Amino acid sequence: MQDFITKTVAAAEGQPQRLLEMLRAVQQAYGYVPPDAVEFLSAQLGLPRGEISAVVEFYGFLSSSPQGVYRIVFSDSITDRMLGNQALFRLLADLLQVQPGVVSSDGLVSLDFTSCTGLCEQGPAALVNGWPLPALTEDKIARIAGLVKQRIPLLDWPGYLFEVNDYIRQPGLLLQNPIAPGQALQAWRERGAAAVLEELEVSGLRGRGGAGFKTALKWRLCAEEAGPERVVVCNADEGEPGTFKDRVLLRLYADQVFEGMTLCAAIIGARQGFLYLRGEYLFLLEPLRQILRSRRELGLLGENISGFGFDFDIEIRLGAGAYICGEESALIESLEGKPGVPRNRPPYPVARGYLQRPTVVNNVETFLAAAAIGVYGGAWFAAAGAGRSSGTKILSISGDCARPGIYEYAFGVEMAEILRDCGTEDVLCVQVGGPSGTLIDSSELQRKLSYEDLASGGSLMVFNRGRDVLGIVQNFTHFFAHESCGFCTPCRVGSRLLQNQLDKIINGHGSAGDVAELTGIAHLLKNYSHCGLGQTAANPVLHALQRFPELYESRLKKISYEPGFDLDAALEVARRMARRDDPAAHLAQTEEEAHD
Amino acid sequence: MTKCINIDGVNVPFEEGQTIMQAAENAGVYIPHLCHHAGYAPHGSCKLCSVRVNGRVCTACTFPAAEGQSVINNSRELQADRRRLTQMLFVEGNHNCPSCEKSGDCRLQAVAYYLRMEDDHFPLFYPPRPLDSSHPDILIEHNRCIVCSLCVRASRDIDGKNVFAVSGRGAHKHLIVNSPSGRLGDSDISTDDAAAHICPTGAILIKGQAFHRPIGQRLYDLERIDGSPHAGEASHEA
Ligand SMILES: Cc1cc2nc3c(=O)[nH]c(=O)nc-3n(C[C@H](O)[C@H](O)[C@H](O)COP(=O)(O)O)c2cc1C
Ligand code: SF4
Ligand code: FES
Repeated sequence: MQDFITKTVAAAEGQPQRLLEMLRAVQQAYGYVPPDAVEFLSAQLGLPRGEISAVVEFYGFLSSSPQGVYRIVFSDSITDRMLGNQALFRLLADLLQVQPGVVSSDGLVSLDFTSCTGLCEQGPAALVNGWPLPALTEDKIARIAGLVKQRIPLLDWPGYLFEVNDYIRQPGLLLQNPIAPGQALQAWRERGAAAVLEELEVSGLRGRGGAGFKTALKWRLCAEEAGPERVVVCNADEGEPGTFKDRVLLRLYADQVFEGMTLCAAIIGARQGFLYLRGEYLFLLEPLRQILRSRRELGLLGENISGFGFDFDIEIRLGAGAYICGEESALIESLEGKPGVPRNRPPYPVARGYLQRPTVVNNVETFLAAAAIGVYGGAWFAAAGAGRSSGTKILSISGDCARPGIYEYAFGVEMAEILRDCGTEDVLCVQVGGPSGTLIDSSELQRKLSYEDLASGGSLMVFNRGRDVLGIVQNFTHFFAHESCGFCTPCRVGSRLLQNQLDKIINGHGSAGDVAELTGIAHLLKNYSHCGLGQTAANPVLHALQRFPELYESRLKKISYEPGFDLDAALEVARRMARRDDPAAHLAQTEEEAHD
Repeated sequence: MTKCINIDGVNVPFEEGQTIMQAAENAGVYIPHLCHHAGYAPHGSCKLCSVRVNGRVCTACTFPAAEGQSVINNSRELQADRRRLTQMLFVEGNHNCPSCEKSGDCRLQAVAYYLRMEDDHFPLFYPPRPLDSSHPDILIEHNRCIVCSLCVRASRDIDGKNVFAVSGRGAHKHLIVNSPSGRLGDSDISTDDAAAHICPTGAILIKGQAFHRPIGQRLYDLERIDGSPHAGEASHEA
C-alpha cells in the first residue's frame, strides 16, 4: 500500500490541494480509504490525519469502510423515481441478494442511492464505480446482475450500457452559432481587453449558474484586485437536481467553454485555470483532457498563447459527490483539497478565492456565452431577451414531457410556450430552477423565464396531474437534508427537523400545529442559514403549502397534537417476543383516538 | 475622529478590520454567541450572533464593522429566533443539564437561560454518541458537543498541535481526534492545552474536577452570561 500511496502522491505532484484526486485513486484501488492509507498520506503530505479523514467522510463517493468491488448507486432524483428507479433498485437487490446500503457478504457488491446524477432526460440512471448507466430497464438490470455475478471487469461490460445521449431539441442563439477555436482570443488581440469587457457589459450577460451576478462586473472587480496571481474557475458541479445542460455543453461545446475561460484569463490577467467537474461526470474527464491537449497543440493554451505573450493553462479537478461544492466558496475549498464548506463572506472569491488569490468563478454556460459575445459582440447577444434578463438561457427539461432534453430560449419566454415545445399535456405543476427554485402550478403558466420572474440555473421539471405533489416535496426536502454540509446550526439541524416534520405529516401522524411548525422551521432556515443551500432548502415545502394547502390538510389528523413517534409501532418488538397481537397488546396514539 | 457603528441606538466605536462582535465586546455590548471566542479566528457557524445590519441578517462574529452601519442586536424577533437556534443545538445532542458536571459554568446552558429557553420545543434526536475516556486526565463526552470547532482552532492555532478536527457531513458532522486509533488517549493533548479548556459546553472536561466548585457558586450562578445580575429578572428584550 505504501508504494501505491507514494505513486499516487507523485502523480499529484505532492500537492495537498490535490488530496481529493489522491483519495479518489485510493478509493478506486481499494474500494475504500483504509486507515493505513490515511496514515501514509498524512506522513507524505504533512497533513494532520484528522484533516484527511474529514475529507473522506465529507464526500459521498469516498468511504472509510469497505465497499463492494462493484459499487452501484442509483440516482434518486424525482425524475428517476417517476421513471421507476425504485422497482429496478429492488430488482437488482433481489438478483444480487444484497441489502441496500450494506456490502454483500462476499464483498462483491454494494448497492445504494445517490443524489441526482445529471441524466434526468435518460433515467432511471445509476453509476457503477463512478461510470454512468443511463436509461435502465429490467433487461439491463438482469444483464448487469449477470456481469457482476460473473465478476466481469467493468472494461469488458458491453458499451451500450454506458451510452449517454445528448438531446438538443431546440438550439438558439448560442447553440446555433458556435465559434471556431481561437476566434474569441483573436478578437481580444485585435480589440484589446477593455473593448471586449465593454462588449460583455453591453451584452448584459449575467451568471448562468444561479445567482445572476453581472459577468462583466465580476471580471472587472477581479482584474482590479491587487496581487500577482489571479485564477479562473469554471463551475461544472451541476448538482441541482434536474440540471444536465452543462453535461451536454461539455460534451459538444467544450472547446468554446475553454475559450471563454481563456478569454477571461486574458482580460483579468490570470495564469491558472480550473474546471471543477462533478464526480458524476467522470466519463467526461478523458474527452475533456483530450480537448485541452489539442488546444495546447494549437497554441491556444499554455505558454505564450497564439504568440500573444500570455500564459494560461487549465487543469480539471473532479468532485466526489457533494452538491454543496457547486456553491462557489465551497467549490474553492474543495479545489484546495478540503471538505466543501462554504466560506464566510466578505471576502468574496473575486478578492480572495483559490489559495487566497483573486478568483473568478463562473458557470459553464456563462463562459460559453462570454466567448460568443467576444466574437459576435454585446449587441448581438442583447438583442435577445427582455429587460434586465438579456440573451438566451439553456434549459434542461425533464419529467412528464414527450421530448425531454436541451432547449435554448430567449429570456422572457412564457412557461406555456416551453411546455408546448417539449410536448406536455395535463400539467399539474412545474419545478423551475430545481428544488432550490420555484414550484408553480398550472394557473401560472403565463409567467416568464427571467431573473425578475422565474429564474433557473437550467433545471425545469414537469409534473402531470396524478403525480403526488407531497411525494415530490418530500424527495426534494430529503435531498437538502442529505446534502447539507453541516457547518451551520439552522441548516444542519433545521434541514433534518424539516424533513422529519414533513415525513410525520405525510405519514398521517400530523395535526394542525404540525403545519405551523413546518413554516417555523422554514423561517429559521431561510433567514439564518450560512449559504444558499440552507436558505432555499425549505422552498419546496413552502411553495407547495402556498399552492396546494389542501394536500397537507388532507393528511392531518383531527386532533390538536400528535406525538412524533408511533406508540403502537414501538410496541411491535415486545408483541413479537410475547407472540401476542390481541387488542390489549395495542396502544392508541392519543387519548382522543382511544375514544373514537 | 473615531469611527462608529450604531448598535440598538448606541454608538459603538471600532477600528478598521474589526468585526461587529469585536467592536461590541470592546464596548461591553453583549451579543449572544457560542462559536466565537475573543482572540480566536472567527468561524460563523452557530449563528447565535445573528444581527440585522442595515436590515440584512449577518453574523456579528464574522461581519466587518463599517462606518454608518445600523445594527439591531436586541429585538424580540432576533431573541426569539436565537432561542430556536439554541433549542436546535439542544435537541441535536444529548444535553442533560442537571446531571452535567459543567452545569453553571456552561455557556450553552447560560445562553439558553439568557434567551429564556424553557423547553426543547423540537423533538429530540437522541443520537447514539460514544464517550471517550481513554485519556487519563481529559474526557470527551460527545453527547454534549455542538461542533463549534473552538477546540479545533485552539489546538491548531494556539497549542500548535492539531489534536481535533471536525468530520462528516450534514447531520453526521462530528468531532474527531487526530490520533492513530482516533482516541484521545493516543493523542498528544495535555491539560495545559488551550484546547482542553475552551469547550463552551461539557463536552471536553478535565477529569477529577467535576464538583470542586459547588453548584450555586459557579460562573453563571453568580451573574448571567451578558454580565447582568440574576436578581430582579432584568428584561433583555426590546
Ligand atoms: C448550494 C448551491 C449550489 C450551487 N451549485 C451550482 C452549480 O452546480 N453550478 C453553478 O454554476 N453554480 C452553482 N451555484 C452558484 C455558485 O455559487 C455561483 O454563484 C456561480 O457558480 C457563479 O457563476 P455564474 O455567475 O456564472 O452563475 C450554487 C450555489 C449554491 C448556494
Ligand atoms: S446552509 Fe447548510 S450547506 Fe450552507 S453552510 Fe450551512 S449547513 Fe452548510
Ligand atoms: S458566534 Fe457568530 S456564528 Fe457562532
